[in-house]
Amino acid sequence: MKKFALVAVIVTGSLLLYAVGDFPAFGDAKSPANAGVEGGFSVSRYYITETAADTAVPNIVTAVLADYRGYDTFFETTVIFIAGLAIFAILRVANPGAPDRRDRPSSDSGVEGDHNRVIIGMTCRLLIPVIQLFALYVVAHGHHSPGGGFQGGVMLGASFILIAIASDLDTALRRFSERRYLALGCVGILIYGGFGLLCQLLDRHFLDYGVLHKLMGVTPVMARSHSMLGVEIGVAFTVTSVMFAIYANLSTRGELRSGL
Amino acid sequence: MIPAFDILILVFLVITAVIALKVRDLLSATMIFGIYSFLMCLLWAEMGAVDVAFTEAAVGAGVSAVFLIATIYNTRRRSSD
Repeated sequence: MKKFALVAVIVTGSLLLYAVGDFPAFGDAKSPANAGVEGGFSVSRYYITETAADTAVPNIVTAVLADYRGYDTFFETTVIFIAGLAIFAILRVANPGAPDRRDRPSSDSGVEGDHNRVIIGMTCRLLIPVIQLFALYVVAHGHHSPGGGFQGGVMLGASFILIAIASDLDTALRRFSERRYLALGCVGILIYGGFGLLCQLLDRHFLDYGVLHKLMGVTPVMARSHSMLGVEIGVAFTVTSVMFAIYANLSTRGELRSGL
Repeated sequence: MIPAFDILILVFLVITAVIALKVRDLLSATMIFGIYSFLMCLLWAEMGAVDVAFTEAAVGAGVSAVFLIATIYNTRRRSSD
């Protein structure tokens, strides 16, 4: 069986490598992906030339992600949320049975352990605010520089995971309880969906942000820019809570006690 | 695109991928997988896809390694095949 797998991998790999020869050169301006089919409409050229006029957003990637392809990102966020829910549904134990199935060495006892704990605690106390501030900057600045809801959300979630690793899960759960992260995950999706529904209520298509200028009191172009920030914040809420939920459930087998 | 830089990263990418598959200790495999993700991140950044590089660094090299370590901690550290 192993030999068969090896042969299959080699054959598939060589077929793929053979196909690479037909690819256009890297950065080729005349390749179909960049220039469109001959005489036809080029999507990427439209994005490159019209994004600034359409949405007043300098970062084209974010404009494509959150505006032109808003549907895609909306359901991507939903997929992340469902992944978190699936892990929660499989692992979470409502009433933990035996107190502790593993006899773990108590590393934080004794003089040396306390000493280490002070160093780690101090370092994290200094680091975590910086990480969280930077994560918020990444979320808020996503349409002007690289970054956005996903990256900022992951960093924000990682900062809570750092609290859980540095001390224990209970400390992190006191700051970001189970109730709270489950609620925040839903709120994120609702913020994103709410922007879409608001557009529908104003007689436009789902996630067609331009019409929101009636509510925001700005030009339609700026309304698209502001709505992008809004949906990024929604994405960040969901990603932050799902990341922490996954870690909390994975590290404690769903018991949400002590942890790593 | 800097060819020498590209080739260096790609060679290390293949090496880390093979080691991550071959190594028996799952904790080392996780660490090497983190290095693999970081090399991918360098490759994306070098090709000008900064947003993708950012995501790869945050998700691939950062959080997913933590998830894998948390999982290994609750299962076995040795691979059976």
